[in-house]
Amino acid sequence: MYMENTTDPSDLLTEPRIGVYVCKCGENIGGVVNIDRIVTEASRLPAVIITRGYEHFCSDSGQNTIREDIEKMGLNRVVIAACSPRMHEPTFRRTLQSAGLNPFLLEIANIREQCSWVHAHNPEMATEKARDLVEMAVSKVKYAQPLETSFVKVERACMVIGGGIAGIQSALDIANAGIKVYLVEKSPSIGGKMARWGKVFPSMDCSQCNLTPKMSAVANHPDIELFANSEVVETDGSVGNFTVTIRKNPSYVTAKCTACGACTQKCPTRGISNEFNYGLDTRKAIYKPFAQAIPNKYSIDPQHCLYLTKGKCGSCKKVCAAGAIDYDMGPEFKTIRVGTIIVATGYETYNPDKIPRLGFGVYPNVITAPMFERMISPFGPSEGALYRPSDRKKPQSVAFLLCVGSRDETLHVSYCSRVCCMYSCKQARLAKEFDPAIDVSIFYMDMRCFGKGHEEFYQETQSLGVNFIRGKVAEIHQDLRTQNLSLRYEDTLLGQTMLAEFDLVVLAVGQKPNPDAEAVARVLNIPRGLDGFFLEAHPNLRPNDSPVEGIYLAGCCQSPKDISDSVAQASGAASHAMIPLVKGEVPTEPLVAIPDPSLCAGCRVCESICAYSAIEVKPGPHGRKVAFVNSTLCHGCGACASACPKQAIQAPGFTSLQLLSQISTYLKGANNV
Amino acid sequence: MSNWSDIKTRELAALLSPSISDVESKSRAELGPRIIAFLCNWCSYAGADLAGSLHKDYPPNIRIIRVMCTGRVDSTLILQAFAQGADGVLISGCHLGECHYRTGNYKVDRTISLLRSMLAQMHINPDRLLLTWVSASEAVKFSRVVTQFTEDLTRFGPLNPR
Repeated sequence: MYMENTTDPSDLLTEPRIGVYVCKCGENIGGVVNIDRIVTEASRLPAVIITRGYEHFCSDSGQNTIREDIEKMGLNRVVIAACSPRMHEPTFRRTLQSAGLNPFLLEIANIREQCSWVHAHNPEMATEKARDLVEMAVSKVKYAQPLETSFVKVERACMVIGGGIAGIQSALDIANAGIKVYLVEKSPSIGGKMARWGKVFPSMDCSQCNLTPKMSAVANHPDIELFANSEVVETDGSVGNFTVTIRKNPSYVTAKCTACGACTQKCPTRGISNEFNYGLDTRKAIYKPFAQAIPNKYSIDPQHCLYLTKGKCGSCKKVCAAGAIDYDMGPEFKTIRVGTIIVATGYETYNPDKIPRLGFGVYPNVITAPMFERMISPFGPSEGALYRPSDRKKPQSVAFLLCVGSRDETLHVSYCSRVCCMYSCKQARLAKEFDPAIDVSIFYMDMRCFGKGHEEFYQETQSLGVNFIRGKVAEIHQDLRTQNLSLRYEDTLLGQTMLAEFDLVVLAVGQKPNPDAEAVARVLNIPRGLDGFFLEAHPNLRPNDSPVEGIYLAGCCQSPKDISDSVAQASGAASHAMIPLVKGEVPTEPLVAIPDPSLCAGCRVCESICAYSAIEVKPGPHGRKVAFVNSTLCHGCGACASACPKQAIQAPGFTSLQLLSQISTYLKGANNV
Repeated sequence: MSNWSDIKTRELAALLSPSISDVESKSRAELGPRIIAFLCNWCSYAGADLAGSLHKDYPPNIRIIRVMCTGRVDSTLILQAFAQGADGVLISGCHLGECHYRTGNYKVDRTISLLRSMLAQMHINPDRLLLTWVSASEAVKFSRVVTQFTEDLTRFGPLNPR
């Protein structure tokens, strides 16, 4: 660790010389707040040397103005009244630094997000508020201290959570650059949802044929360590140095497994719903999720294994020539150290059980799109044959219902899942390919085919004779005798209520966040949006990054996506995750608690309140016991500062003096009115 | 309050400039309540930013002070705000269990419970001190909380500490 210091500490002693820069942000601020008035009033504040208003201080010319002022007028403090510090604080810190001023002698008054954007209907009060915010910032910046940015060495490794197509892509990109990757997957095999699809749009390529070479590349890559059947249970640290605890859940089959399959044949269990095929067929208690599973080995489902539940059987152990069965296997914990983390936990499809009027789970011939996908897949349980679950006969007519669990406020899902229009077109074509005589209809609200080649795909689907009916199906009833399905709907183009009968109904279910997202958010301390998907650092400019430095987002865990978008975001997240790893060091915010030994009474309140055990009370320079802060452990939350009865420990940037001066500045004279 | 903060507050008072504006000529009733809000950097400040981006209007009476964590907010800051003429103090952080610093919001929760009972003893309506949890995505909630709190304080009228 080394220090970089741009400012003489004697700055603290010098008289403050403050420059105030009020940004119009085009019309964003200037259209509401009276900038001229703010500039005039701020210029009268003591210690303010120069005040300027300008269109865009974040622009090159704006920054140059600030830089020149600092140099020519000897400014030693800067206040920028502009957008949120979460937006441009780093930009303006760099401006100060380039002018030779310590970057922490900056204060930002948030007069856009907190003022002009929320008080647009009250320009007068918005101007009053902006003036107060600027005054508060000026009073606070007087007490700003120059801080030294330190750099910490980065652990040259990355962890990817989730082994679907996004996680696989990220892991391969990083490992191909020669960087160690730990890939953590909760289920027994990587591959995720893509492994289950038959064909993918718009190329109509075989999904598994695209995916499995990548899966095997993961398995054989010298720089990828795969943890299947594993979960991340704890993380600590920050960008550059995360310590992660992984729990490897027992599969009861050791790495000696040769995947010969003798165990499955002998296993006496039956009737266990096969989750890989969405319950279209069954599996045994010892199983391999699918033929091309990586790692290529069997595992035991402890909920259904007779030996593990009732203590008798042991057939698989008897038949296993490799001696790979170990009923005594328990969870293993492993701690790894990584510099960055990519979250790629994906999605689950909407469960249409929650919409009783569609009859899913009651009428056997109402299925979901993923079930259809398993049916039509040549690697599926029916080897590509399309059938009605009630009588296993080929359907004569198929209806696809779009927006099941998407764009429906009554189900508390307001967003569009972005993939259902396209995969339904694709499935309609697959049904037509299977037998052109099948009558195929798609019930839609709007067709949203916006990707590259998607509109053309939609038009081609139309030309194949697929019926597109604009209307949402209100309810489905089953004919008891034939088990055919009657759909009641309003054709909104005809303006008529209609009734139509189909042999098979496919529900185009939308994407929902992975049910484990909540646990992952808790472990990593990253926020989720109201829809449950992980929140990105910025919706336009940083869609690959979580708001927490060093943690990145890939694929559907951030929002619904198709495969090409997931892969694109995964490569983007990989490149971002590699930046600190390649650079080798990261700057750390020097917001670390500073104790004052002359005030400290050694009461140990701070020591007990610190969530990171960063404070230790031990004999100081004069032999008296005082608090010491371990700056590598301190996260700068300031809990110690609020707990200290003598205010002998302070969090830089948020000292009592700074916060009190903000309060006093706003409230001055309030009691006299 | 300790000597230290007294000294610092006096120093502050000396440092602070005389009023530079004509706002003071307006009556308190016209201006409405004065609200100081402490928002944590990771959840509620981000939520307030999002409220801005989405243009979810709320009354302009609130002055937001950013802290890294609500665990930083101590009783001195809150009592000083009331003593100096704030009509209400809002503290908003991450939801319990989601603190960026593990447990800071639990710490401020304890402080506020204690302070609310103290305020009652001082004949200050404890509802003038509001603690709430607003995540980075809860822009609408933030706007609603601020609107409601401003309305409540308007109803309570100005606070005149004894």
